This record gives sequence, structure tokens and C-alpha cells, in this order.
Amino acid sequence: MATHTLDITKEHCPMTFVKTKLKLAQIAEGDILEVLLTDGEPLNNVPRSATEQGFEVLSIEHVDGNVHKVTIKK
Amino acid sequence: MADQKKLSLIAFSGDFDKLTAVFTLATGAAAVGYEVNIFFTFWGLDAIKQKRGRSFIGGGWLTKLFGFMMGGLSVAPNSKFNFFGIGPKIFRHLMKKNNVATLEELVDAANLLGVNLYACEMAMHVLGLEKKNFIHEVKDVLGVATFLEISEGGRTLFI
Repeated sequence: MATHTLDITKEHCPMTFVKTKLKLAQIAEGDILEVLLTDGEPLNNVPRSATEQGFEVLSIEHVDGNVHKVTIKK
Repeated sequence: MADQKKLSLIAFSGDFDKLTAVFTLATGAAAVGYEVNIFFTFWGLDAIKQKRGRSFIGGGWLTKLFGFMMGGLSVAPNSKFNFFGIGPKIFRHLMKKNNVATLEELVDAANLLGVNLYACEMAMHVLGLEKKNFIHEVKDVLGVATFLEISEGGRTLFI
């Protein structure tokens, strides 16, 4: 079980979702993906859409300033 | 998945800015789990041409001339502030500078996400275009009836 990271703090809509989705498609079942994102649209919707698509959101942590880390299990 | 959400877009415009809206909606929706269909018709067909610049494609001399004037994705004009083609170049520059995905990046992302691309049979006939003139990701050539069937039960937008 590997842990992957994805930084989408510099991305804008829709690439925030697109990059998360494509990364989740690449990794193996059971792998963990840590997504670094900013608050607002990405923080509100990346965890929600991951849950909706059947992935498990393990945690949402505040990292620094407006950056958060969302941990998703495939 | 029977309960999958669905978004169907009718891409009528071949304008750079409107196509950016089409592909932003399409990729965003596909990335959050929607089934996405784009039905390209009339000027919108420019977006899925294999040749992204200007080329004389089309059956007769009139459609060939049309094909050249319309061009492909990389020469798509702005609906406003086109300034003889400089407008889209300025937009592309601003998008890159601000780390916003360009139209070409969005099209690539749409293909990676499995967005369904369809071409309008009637408009292709009028403009002398064939399926082989389009990128291979174009799934099928359709008419209104099939589009209605495909979009049934989801949301539809005309751009």
C-alpha cells in the first residue's frame, strides 16, 4: 500500500478536480492519496466529490495559511 | 452506473472563449463523476478537427474555402476582442501566466477523463466534413434523435 501526494494549491478550476481524478485513476486500489489544496472551492468540493465517487476521505487537516491536506483512500 | 449524474453539452460555437467554457464544464463535471457528452455542431465542429490550424478540408471548392476560413482549435477566434486573431493569443498568454488551463490542455484532459465526443451528421454534410477529419476520440456521428436519447435524464446546455 503506497502513499502518493498531489499538490493542487497552484491550480484553478477545473484542473483542481481534473488532476485529483486522474491521480486517483492512476494509483492502485487501497493506496493513499494526500492532496494539498487551498480553501474555498477545492477544499469544499474535492473531498465531497471523492466521497461521492466511492473513495474514502480519511482526514482533512489544516497545514498552513490557506493550505489544507486531504487524505483519500482508493 | 445507473444513478450516475449526466451533463450533455451542445457545442455550437467555434469561438475560443465559448469552447473554453464548453471544455471547462466538461472536464470539471467528468472529474467529479458525471457522465459527460458533447455534441459538436456547425462552428463547434472546428474544435474536433484533426488539423488544428487552417487547412482546405471539405468536399467541394466552396466547403474547402469554408474549411480554411473556419480553421481548427488553435486558430479559433474570440467572440469579443478578437482583434484579427490577436485576442485569443493574449488570452492564452494570460491563462498560462495565471496557471489556468489553456483550451488545448482542457481538450486533452477531456479525452483522458473519457468525455464522450459526438459530431452532428447534418452540419458535417453541409460543411463537407467527414469523420476521418476529426480527432479519433470522436465516438460517433449523430443526429438529433440519438442526441436526445443520450442526454435523456441529465442536464443539457447549449453553448
